[in-house]
Order: sequence, then C-alpha cells, then structure tokens
Amino acid sequence: MQRRQWRWLAIVLTAVALVTAACGDDSGGAATTNEGGSAGTAASGDTIKVGILHSLSGTMSISEVTVKNSELMAIDEINAAGGVLGKKIQPVIEDGASDWPTFAEKAKKLIQVDKVATVFGGWTSASRKAMLPVFEETKGLLWYPVQYEGLEASPNIFYTGATTNQQIIPALDYLKAQGKTKIYLVGSDYVFPRTANKEIKAYAAANGMTILGEEYKPLGDTEFETIVNKLVAAKPDAVFNTLNGDSNVAFFKQLDGKNLKAKDMLTVSVSIAEEEVKSIGPKYLTDHLVAWNYYQTTDNPANKKFVEAFKAKYGNDKVTSDPMEAGYTAVYLWKASVEKAGSTDVEKVKAASKGITFEAPEGKVTIDGENQHVYKTARIGLIGSDGQIKEVWNSGSPVKPDPYLKGYPWAAGLS
Amino acid sequence: MKAKSLRSHTLFVLVGLLLVFGAPSLLSDFRLSLLAKYLCFAILAIGVDLSWGYGGMLALGQGVFFGLGGYCMGMYLKLKSAGPGQLPDFMTWSGVDKLPALWKPFRYAWFALPMAVLLPAFVAWMLGSLIFRQRVRGAYFAILTQALAVAFVTLLVGQQGLTGGTNGLTNVRDLLGLNLRDSGDRHVLYLIVVGVLGVVFIIARQLVRSRYGRLLVAVRDGEDRVRFLGYDPAKVKTSAFAISAGMAGLAGALFVPVVGIISPALLGVVPSIEMVIWVAVGGRATIYGAALGAVVVNWAKTNLSERYPSGWLYFQGALFVIVMMFAPRGLAGIRSTVSGTVAHLRARFDWRDRSSGAGSSTDVIDRAEAVA
Amino acid sequence: MSSYFSQFFTGISLGAVLLLIAMGLTFTFGQMNVINMAHGELIMAGAYTVFMLQGPLGETGSLLIALPVAFVTAGAIGLVLEVVLIRRLYGRPLDTLLVTWGISLMLQQLARDLFGAPNVQVNAPDWLRGGVEVFGTVVAKSRLFTIALAIACLAMIWFFLNRLAQGRRMRAVMQNRPLAACAGIPTDQVDRLTFFIGSGLAGVAGVALTLLGSIGPTLGTNYIVDAFLVVVVGGLGHLRGAVIAALALGLMNSFVEYWTSGSIAKVVVFVGIVAFLQVRPQGIVVLRTRGLT
Repeated sequence: MQRRQWRWLAIVLTAVALVTAACGDDSGGAATTNEGGSAGTAASGDTIKVGILHSLSGTMSISEVTVKNSELMAIDEINAAGGVLGKKIQPVIEDGASDWPTFAEKAKKLIQVDKVATVFGGWTSASRKAMLPVFEETKGLLWYPVQYEGLEASPNIFYTGATTNQQIIPALDYLKAQGKTKIYLVGSDYVFPRTANKEIKAYAAANGMTILGEEYKPLGDTEFETIVNKLVAAKPDAVFNTLNGDSNVAFFKQLDGKNLKAKDMLTVSVSIAEEEVKSIGPKYLTDHLVAWNYYQTTDNPANKKFVEAFKAKYGNDKVTSDPMEAGYTAVYLWKASVEKAGSTDVEKVKAASKGITFEAPEGKVTIDGENQHVYKTARIGLIGSDGQIKEVWNSGSPVKPDPYLKGYPWAAGLS
Repeated sequence: MKAKSLRSHTLFVLVGLLLVFGAPSLLSDFRLSLLAKYLCFAILAIGVDLSWGYGGMLALGQGVFFGLGGYCMGMYLKLKSAGPGQLPDFMTWSGVDKLPALWKPFRYAWFALPMAVLLPAFVAWMLGSLIFRQRVRGAYFAILTQALAVAFVTLLVGQQGLTGGTNGLTNVRDLLGLNLRDSGDRHVLYLIVVGVLGVVFIIARQLVRSRYGRLLVAVRDGEDRVRFLGYDPAKVKTSAFAISAGMAGLAGALFVPVVGIISPALLGVVPSIEMVIWVAVGGRATIYGAALGAVVVNWAKTNLSERYPSGWLYFQGALFVIVMMFAPRGLAGIRSTVSGTVAHLRARFDWRDRSSGAGSSTDVIDRAEAVA
Repeated sequence: MSSYFSQFFTGISLGAVLLLIAMGLTFTFGQMNVINMAHGELIMAGAYTVFMLQGPLGETGSLLIALPVAFVTAGAIGLVLEVVLIRRLYGRPLDTLLVTWGISLMLQQLARDLFGAPNVQVNAPDWLRGGVEVFGTVVAKSRLFTIALAIACLAMIWFFLNRLAQGRRMRAVMQNRPLAACAGIPTDQVDRLTFFIGSGLAGVAGVALTLLGSIGPTLGTNYIVDAFLVVVVGGLGHLRGAVIAALALGLMNSFVEYWTSGSIAKVVVFVGIVAFLQVRPQGIVVLRTRGLT
C-alpha cells in the first residue's frame, strides 16, 4: 500500500518540477541578472543585456577565463564612459563548460530566455561550430575572439581573431624566407589543427616545401615521447605546432628531455600566447617562434593603456594575450556599430558595422563588411627567456581577411 | 492485484496526458526542447535500468551505444541537409572529396533509422557474448565497458573526415519532413519523443514482468544457481545487454534532432557514468524510477549549472555519495528507505513493533551487488 | 635501429608510469574488491604536493621530500575515505565504484577551487632536465627517474609483503579473508593499512607525473582507465601480473602508435585486451581457488 502512495507522490513531484521549470526560469534568471529585473527586449529600461559565453570550468577554462575578464573590462570601461546609446551594458555570464553541446544550449538560452542583444564567446572551433546553427536559426549575433582555421563566414558571426591568411600563411611565408622548407606538423586532434594542416599542406605543395609528417594527439594528452621520437628520426627544419592547451606543456617538456633546444628543433606555434608561455615555463620555450596579431610588447599607446588597465584590474602578475585583446576589441567594435546603427537590432548592427574602425591595442582594426572578419596586422614573435614575446617581423599594414583563401591560387581545391 | 494494475494504468495515462498536453502549454519553446532532451535520456535510463537494475551488469560505456544510435541518425540528417550529391560540410573542411562508402547507405531513412537501434544492439551482443561467455563480470565488466567508451571516443575524434572529429555532427535541418528550426515542428518532434518513451516504457515493463524478466533477476541474484538449474546465464545477460544498448541507440537517434548535435563529448567516460547515476537516483530495478531519475537529475543539472557553474560538480558528487550510501533504492524507494530507518529506530526502542517489512528489498539489492 | 630502441625505451617508461599508478590499485582491488575511482585524484593530490613544496623548498628538495610527503598525504586521504565511506559499502563493489566516482568529482572541484582551474607547473630540478645518451639515442633523465622510482617502489612493496609480518597478514587477507579472520588477523585493521599503502602509492605516482606534463585538476583521469586495464589484465592483487601487464601495455601502446597513430593505438590495445581475456579471463596471474565467484 505504501508503495502505491509513493507513486502518486512521484507524479506530484514531477508535475511540480515541470511547473517550476516553466515559471521559475523564463523570467530571465541567470546569476548575474540582478538589476533591471524585468525581462523583455534586450534594451529594456536603461540597460542593454549582452551574453558572455566562455568555458569557466573544464579543460578550456585556463584560456577562456582570461578572455571573459578582458571582455568584462571593456564593458566596465564603456559603462564608466556613459554606456551605449545612453544605456549601461549588463553582461549575462554563462559557462560553456568546455563542452560543445553545452555551448549550443547556453547560446540558445541567452538569446531566447535572456534576450541578449549580442553574445561574446567561444574559443575552440568546435564550440563555434556547435553555436553557429543556433545563431543562424535564432538570428542572433556572436562575436568570436580567437584565431581559427578559416573556410567559414556565417552572416551571424563576427570574427575578431585572425583567419588563416592573417596568421598561418604569414608564418609559412616567414619560414620559407628563412630557408626552412622541411616541415613536420604536430597538432591536437580537433577541427582547427586538422583543417589548418590541410591548408598548410596545400601551401607547401605550391611553394616547394616538404611536409615530413603529420601527428595528432587528443586534447589534454600528455604522452608525447613517441611523437618526439618520430621528430628526431625525421629531422625537420621546423615543427608547425597547432597543439592546444595543456598538451603543449608535456610536448615542450618532453622535447627538453631529448636535449632538443630551439636551435635543434625549431617550433612555430599558433596557439601559444603570453598566458601559455607563463604556464609552460619560458625556459622550455626560449627562442621558439609564435605567430599572432598582438603581443603584450606591441608598441602603441592603446596597448599601453590596455595592459595597465588589465594589470590594475586583475593583478600585476597577469599578462595580456592575443585572444584577450581580440575579445576586448570585439566589445568596442560592437559598441561602435550599435552607435552608428542607433539600435541594437541585429540586422541594423550588421549593416552599420561595415568599415567600422577602432584603435585597438594591436593597432588599427577595420571590419570587413563582406565577410564580417577584421583587418589585422600579422606578427611573428620570438619567445624570450623572460616570458615576453619579441616581434621579429610584421606585415607592415593590416591584412585584408580572406577566410576562403580566394586570393591564393594554391587554395583553389580547399573549399 | 487488479486494483493495483488499474491504479498504475491510471497513473501512466495521467503522466502521459501531462506530458502531451500539460507541458507544451506550460513551457516555453526553449524549456520544451530541454524537456524533450531529458525524455530522450529517460529512454536511455530505462535501458540502463534493464541491464544494471534488473540484470546486475554495471555498464560504464552506455554512451557508446547512445553514440552509435546518434551517429546513425546524424549521418542520415547530415546527408539530408547537404542535399543530393553534396558532401556534408565537415567533410569539405576535413579534406574529404568523395562520400565514404560507410556513409552511402545512410542516405536512406529505411536504412539509417533501423540501424540506429540495431547497430548498438548488435555491438553489445557481440561484446556481451565474448565477455559473458568467459564469465567476466562485476567490476571487470564495468572496467571493460569503460575502456570501450575511451576507445570509441578516441576513434571518433581521430577520424575527422569520417565522423566530424571532436565537433561531431552539427547543423542538421530536417527530419522526415519536419523542419527542425520551426517551433511547430519541434513540438511534433517533442510529441514523437513522448510517444517513443511511452512505448519503451511499456516494453520494458512487460519484459521485466515476463518469465524472462524473472530469469534476469535470478541471474543477478545468483548466477551460479541459475546455471545449475540448466539455464545459460551468458545468454540471458547478453540479450539484456543488447536490448539495453538498443534503447540507448534509440535515445541517441531521437537526441540528435532534438538537440541538433551529436559529438564525442557526449559519449565518453564521464557522460556514461552520469547515465548510471540517473538510474541510481531515480531508483534501480523500477522502470518508472529510472525514467524519473533521468528527468530530475538533468533538470537539476540545467538549473544548478546555470546558477552555480562550479557548485554543480560538488552537488553531483554529493548526489552519488548520498544516494549510494543512504538511499540505494533512489527516489522510487525513498519512502521505504525512510520508513525502514524509522522502523529500525523504533525497533530499537520498542521491541513489539516488528510488523514493518520495509527495507527487505534493499537487502536484495545489497546481496545482488555482493554476488556481482 | 636506434629509433626502435628509443621506442622500446618509451614503451618501458610508459609501462613504469602505468605500473606506479596500478600498483596501488591492484592492492585495494585485489584485497578488498574495491574499485577506487578516486585513485586518479589521489595521484593529483600527490602532484599538487610537489607544487606546494616547490615554493619553500626549491626544486631538488621539493621533489625528493615530496616523495614521502605525497605518500603520506595521499595515503591519509585514502584512509579517511576508507574509514568514512568505503568500509560501509563492503561487499557492494559496484556501489563503491559509484561512490568513489562521486568523491573524485568533488575532489577535482576542490582542487579547482584551491589551486585555480588553470594547470600549474612544477619545474624539474636541473639534474633531471635534458637527457643522456644510451646506445646512440637520447634518453630523458626524467624518464629514467620514473623507471627507477617504479623499481624502488616495487622492491619496497615486495620486501614488505614477503618479509614483514604486516605484509604477510595482508597477503593472508587477500588470499582468504574468512580464514585469516579465524586465525586472529584483525582484518579491518589490515584493510585500513592496505588502503593507506595503496593510496600512498598513488601519491608517489603523482610526483613522477609532474616531471612529464603539467598538473591540473583532471590529471588523474588521463591515466586512470589505462591503470584499471593493467589491473584487469594482470589479475587481481598480483604484483607479478601487474608488472607484466603494465610493461606489455606500455610497449604495445608505444609501438602501435609509432607505426600508426595515437588514436589507432588506443583502439588496437582495447581489442587486444578483449582478445586476451578470451584466452585468460582471470588475467595473467590467477589465484587458484575452489570458490565459485
């Protein structure tokens, strides 16, 4: 008899759960929503809600938390200077948890439940690919702040990080100019390294370079000895490193275990910035090359201000890096576009964004109206023993973004 | 007996009505699609319950079968979205220029949809007949299935051109004429999920009430005794494992159109073990408990992780510990667990009150675990 | 030729890491039939011990002192787990598995809250950086250290089990618990000791792992499944089996990876294990018993 009664209780519980789910949460209940409580349109009352969607937990949090911080700093600065269209920006922060489906789910929540004007977020290409259909379906707007593999231009995404022709191709040009033509590819096993390596192979075939081998390891893997053995046997001029996250630590420690310094086994990395240099340890990385669009040492007044503000806000031992700068810049580019459009409406913002420029810490950036990427200056850097990166080459002026590599005949078969 | 089954039938109908009519009118589109996701998980949980709750086989690789089902459906949907003669988008950027032979039959719904159930069932049957025949069981079986999950995920990630790598399959648009981006059609999809859950529920219920179900429980509680009686426990276990895998595959196949993505991150060691905890929380060895557990835990996950991203992990960990230590029969048994404790306490102080027999089925579970 | 040698060495050193991790598991699993899913987090605790000591003690000191300290730290955490939780679940191995998994989730989050989500670094002392040349290939000193550590642990455990009264009691309980209890051995005390040593060994393994990569909250989970496979293949509670299994898995992994790729290697190893269990379902070393289950 008791059991029967319990079943009724279970049903009632489920019903209660459903009703609470229905009523409790659709009124916009994220942790950060504490002011201007009434939900409605993004620009209700005197605030504009924007979403911040990065991994605050899991394997990617090491990198993404820093981007979240720089985006919040930009928002604070804008609010302090009077906000956008006379309204304060109110960030709604969500955790993507280093899990791609979670990114898609949270993006949907930000757009449909919180009704944010735009979202700043993502780091890995996998998270962007997971969010893309959500933004296209709901006609939302995403600002994606990290360099990536190209071959994409969604009408609902602005890409403020570098595409291939602003980072990887300049790096290859640099290697070629230095006479380093035998290349070995090492990367993490996901879409960015694999697609980037496909492009590198096409470049190599057209430019007289040889690809000696191509190796992938799952994200977070720490056993690199076999790969190092393969490198020793192959004797490349340079290793093109697209490893992401913690694997870099193991890779460089294990290179060191084989007595291989930069002069014996030069690497060019596209995912190691100041933050990562700090955590890997500069002594393992001295004299290795990296390719980005911004370094903490980049010399201009906007950067000086950016670095000082960041250190003042988050601590003197913090460093600034390229994706952080791109995230910071994204917020300002969005602000400028909204002000030009006079509205936060996605279509109007997109139309107004064409040609918007901003004096960013990396130098002047301009939105390319055609593909919603950004003109950026390519920079090759050399890691110093102090953990800072010294620029050894730059493209002189901002490079026009070319995500589909239409300007490169060798890339014809890629997309 | 009659009154009892009448009552549970009424209950079944009531819950059904609530899901079919109540939820869609109460919930926003966003919450409704979340509920549809939870209900997919409930289908999977019923399968886990069959193999673990009734059969005593703790599989820590259920994500593999969920994934097999999901990928079968995903492949079909990707080919559908790409259009005839076109390649799915990820193949383009992975450098694949011809449709791999593996993908070709998935162009057809009549192949892909049954495969979503049959393929996982077949893989489980193969694996089960290899493992159970050798009387590998209990913890060994758990570890092997966990290793299977690791191997499967590594393979999926490593074959980007074939499987989409870590991205998995995303960006799917329509299923058998349903536009997955249209809110009306998503409502229909939700109703399909509810319907499938209902059918799976009935199948599972009939199964555990049948002679086969009793045999399965007998194998859980005393495998050797069953063998001495002339049955082959390996066959019983293998078939239960295969059925459970089939249900997981079905859940995966429904999950893809509901959520719009299937990726290795959903199938690995961690999600697979979470699937077990749903059943533990709901109450193993009760079908409705398993389904309820899946819905409640996932609902809690969505809500808690929205509010306290880091708190969720503590909560989830504590949930494992508390349920296992203090309420091994889960939500479905919370009443008898409580009354068992009360009776136990009362018996300490009052020797006359020995009438309550509650807690005895907890002992059965304990013993089953000891034997496994 | 020299590349085969260096690959062989890579396999051995991978085997040594697996052995260090699996050694503790094989005790707790073998004696108490407890699958401790939180073993990986005990490894993490050992690794963070080195990190904590690095500041005050410097690089060389921290590494050497960390070995005993990590042993005791991880052992103590394990002991607490045993006393508070695992003892109560005796005879329910699958429930224990799930409970310890819950514990491992909480410990991971605790590490994240204590040390921050980003991974931290332990700087190897200079005498462990770089490599030495052996038979024409360069062998990393940190790997040699790991191998030496595995051998040392093995020797100590062997000595303990075979020469000390405590160890002999442990073996007695492992082989036949009721009989040992009848003979007057306090089995619950022995259980606690076993758990302490098994968990302590995980801490030592954690110290060794700091030389290979970075330390993060999920450090343990990267290795734990492989370590369980070592235990399954080796046979319950047998050091000899664990040694053979660890080396075999290490070598197999490294050579298959050398010829194919990392992801294929994982799959090949799994298929190999299932095939192996067809031949020897109880693992390499089998304890002969007339018992049924």
